[in-house]
This record gives sequence, structure tokens and C-alpha cells, in this order.
Amino acid sequence: MDEMQEIIKNYVIKEYVEDDTELTYDTPLISGGIVDSFSMVSLKRFLENKYSISIPDDRATPEAFDSVNKICALVREFVK
Amino acid sequence: MAYSDKTRGMYSEVLTGLQSAGLFKQERYIHSAQAADIEVEFPSGAPLKKVINICANNYLGMSSHPEVVKAAHDGLDSHGYGMSSVRFICGTQDIHRTLEKMVTQFLGTEDTILFPSCMDANAGVFEAVLTKDDVMISDRLVHASIIDGIRLCSAMHDTFKHSDMEHLEEKLQLHNDKRLKCVITDGVFSMDGDTARLDKMVELCDKYDALLFVDDSHSSGFIGKTGRGTHELCGVMGKIDIITTTFGKGLGGASGGCVSGRKELVEMCRQKARPYLFSNTIAPPVVAGVIKVLEILSASTDRRDKLESNTAFWRKGLTDAGLIIKAGDTPIVPVMLFNAKLAQDVSRDLYDEGIYAIGFFFPVVPQGQARIRTQISAGHEIHHLEKALEAFKKVGKKYDILGKTKQEIIEMYGM
Ligand SMILES: Cc1ncc(COP(=O)(O)O)c(C=O)c1O
Repeated sequence: MDEMQEIIKNYVIKEYVEDDTELTYDTPLISGGIVDSFSMVSLKRFLENKYSISIPDDRATPEAFDSVNKICALVREFVK
Repeated sequence: MAYSDKTRGMYSEVLTGLQSAGLFKQERYIHSAQAADIEVEFPSGAPLKKVINICANNYLGMSSHPEVVKAAHDGLDSHGYGMSSVRFICGTQDIHRTLEKMVTQFLGTEDTILFPSCMDANAGVFEAVLTKDDVMISDRLVHASIIDGIRLCSAMHDTFKHSDMEHLEEKLQLHNDKRLKCVITDGVFSMDGDTARLDKMVELCDKYDALLFVDDSHSSGFIGKTGRGTHELCGVMGKIDIITTTFGKGLGGASGGCVSGRKELVEMCRQKARPYLFSNTIAPPVVAGVIKVLEILSASTDRRDKLESNTAFWRKGLTDAGLIIKAGDTPIVPVMLFNAKLAQDVSRDLYDEGIYAIGFFFPVVPQGQARIRTQISAGHEIHHLEKALEAFKKVGKKYDILGKTKQEIIEMYGM
């Protein structure tokens, strides 16, 4: 649909996908075991740097990071 | 009585679940001292069986070495059985400090602090030296005890792909704004037997001003020309900021661990590390035993040299037999079977042939990577290894996996 989805999806694939698992915008990332909750940190930092935003820790929950689409929704809240 | 039927039922259900998922762990009782030849009761109540042990961390054959046993006896006589105190109240003897100094010398560091175990060293060290303004960047395959230590520390945590130095560099750049960065790795990885690229890691840590932490539990005493560890192998002795290691494997096999490294970091542990402050340290006879182990290993490299040649013999034997092993040259030699049930079946049949080796499968290793992890020791003689090879060949033939590729084995047995 838009650029942000592609950027985030590509980042997740590069960072976390070791084999050729298919990834869609709705694939569950954390509950699906692709991103472990430890590694969410780098995803959060990547988003903050890329979009010049700051996501408060209490909003960076495993639920909010559970798919590319959910992450996009979260980021959009903070982009001016 | 607060332990109601409901509560009991809840736990029973979880345990039954583990059983039906094939994840239930069962102990095997060994009636002899730890060595190449042991006597095992398994399952519980079965008659004793004499088997060759190829799954102990007894890399240097020190667990029942007569001089070590004698030193422990002498230590028991001279320094007693226990201390009934933690270190900083009245639980530190002269021999504790002697051992710390010997470890410092052996590993080529600045100072050392003992812990009850390496699990405790890893659990306590990060919280003692890092704060919430810092970041820990760990290899994705580090040992469980390190993961626990990371969880107990308020610093930010991120990971890099296993042994992927480009990815590590990206992470060091990403977190360059942090007060301190600490890169965390095992020296030798316990499940695969591969070795961290410490030379490259030292270079990156220098470039980005990061601390380097190495858990050398599966290396101390035998990796490197004089057995000092992975840092010796990689030519970076004196350049690792924090080394943790155990006395429960190559260095005697009893128990205990330590943090060794920069003196300020060691002092931070003495002031702040909770397993050091709130748990008794290593008991006197064990301390005396480890001192003897280090004396023996410092005087001669015979044992690590024998381990090296035994390992080469074993790796070549398995490969020639047509089994798939993980490449490398450490004494941790995983025989890959890929399928969990196959790994269990092969382990059971090896036991029938008098060879004790255990199958590892998910969740201990990734799905589809089930294996039998064999571990070689300087306590093995060639005849032990020859007998074990014969058993592997016989069992391998039964399951028709000799000379087969990974794909072929997976086609026959599934992932
Ligand atoms: C890499 C690693 N670190 C630490 C430990 C824990 O050692 P200890 O038995 O001294 O707690 C182990 C033991 O399994 C290990 O493999």
C-alpha cells in the first residue's frame, strides 16, 4: 500500500528472518516467534531514527509491534 | 493446607503435558566417579550397566584425577568443610584469594572474583557493571545463564545474528549514543561447538569503544596453545574486558565460577554483584581442588594436547563413517540427526551398545536440528573412542543414515 509498510517489512526480514519464511503485512511477528521480545529494542530504535520520532516505552508493547501493519499504525501516531 | 487439589491438579497437568510432548527430562543415576568408564542405573531401578561416557564436560579428565582428589582431601583437612558465611562477612579464606590470583594469572587478566557457579557469575555481572544508560549487545545463541543475567540488568538489550560481524557492527552504530556498550558472546558455543571470532570482535569493540564480555566455560583449560581459552586461540589475550568461566567443566568439574577481567569491573562485582554478596562461595575442598587443577595445567600442556588429538581422531572417525557432524575443531562434536525422535532412538540404541550420549532437540536446539552432542575428553583412551565409533556405525547402519545427506535423512525421518 505505501512506502512505510515496505520499509518496515524489509527491515524485519533483514533483521530477523533466517530462512525464506514468507512475510506479509499481517504476519504475527512476536506472537509468531519471528521477533523475540528482546530484539524489539532494535526495531524500536530503527523506527525512532528513521522517522525522527520518540515512542514512549509504555506504548512499545509486544502487542503494538506484532505485525507490520500494527507497527505502521503506531508510528503514524507519532509522525508529525 | 494451602496446597489444594486444584493447585496440585494444575501442576500435574503441566507435567503430563511435558511428558506427552516428549520434553520430560529424566535423570540417570551414575554409581561410579565421573570418568570415561562409568556405571549407570537407568531407568531407575534397572541393574547397573557399564558404559563409556561421551557426553560429560570433563574435557581434561580432571573430575577424578588422583592428584586433584588428594588436594581436595588435604583442603578439607586444613580448611574445613564449609564457611557458613558469605564472602564479605566471614566467608573468605586465604585459599579463596590464592585461587583468584591463580585464575588471573592463568587467564592473563587484571583481577578475578569467585562466584558459587558460572551461572551466578553471569546472573550477577551485568547488573553490577551496567546501568539503564547502557546497552548490551549479545550474540543470539549465548548460553541461558547469560540471558538470565541480561534480564536482571536494567541496561537496554539488543542482539546480533550468530557470529555475524557485519550485523554486530550495525548494532554498534545503532547504539553509539549510549553511555557504555557491552558486546556479549560465548567463547565456544556449547550446542554447536563453534568458536566466537574474538579477534574481529576486539577490533570492532576498539573501533566503537565498547566493552567485550566472553563466557569461556567451554574453553578454559584447553582451547588455545596453552589452554588459556578462546582469547589465546584468537590472539587477543589481555584484550577481553570481562571473562566468565566455570570450574564445573574442564577445570575440575566440581563447581564454582568466576568473573575475571579489568580490575575496576571485578571490584564493581565485589561491591554489587548479588550472587557474590548473598550466597556462599565455593567450599574449601573444592577451592583446594581447583588450585591443584590450575597447577597441573600451568605446568604442562599434555592433557590439552591429548584432548586435541583425541578430538581429531573422533571427528575424522565420525566423518569417515559417513555421519554428519558440525564442522570445527573443539571437543564438542554434534552428530546431526535433524529429527527429534531419531535422535532419541539413536541415543537409546547407543546406550544398549554401551555408549552414553544424549539426544538434544527443540527447544534446546532449533526445530529440525536435533542431534547427539558428543564431547571428547583427555580421559578417553583411543580404545574408548574406537568402541564408540563402532557403536555409532552399527546404529547408523540400522537406521540407514551412513553416507546420507541432510536432505536424505530428512526425507526418511522428517524434520
Ligand atoms: C556457556 C556456559 N556458561 C555457564 C554455564 C554454567 O556453569 P555453572 O555450572 O558453573 O553454573 C554453563 C553450563 O552449562 C555453560 O555451558
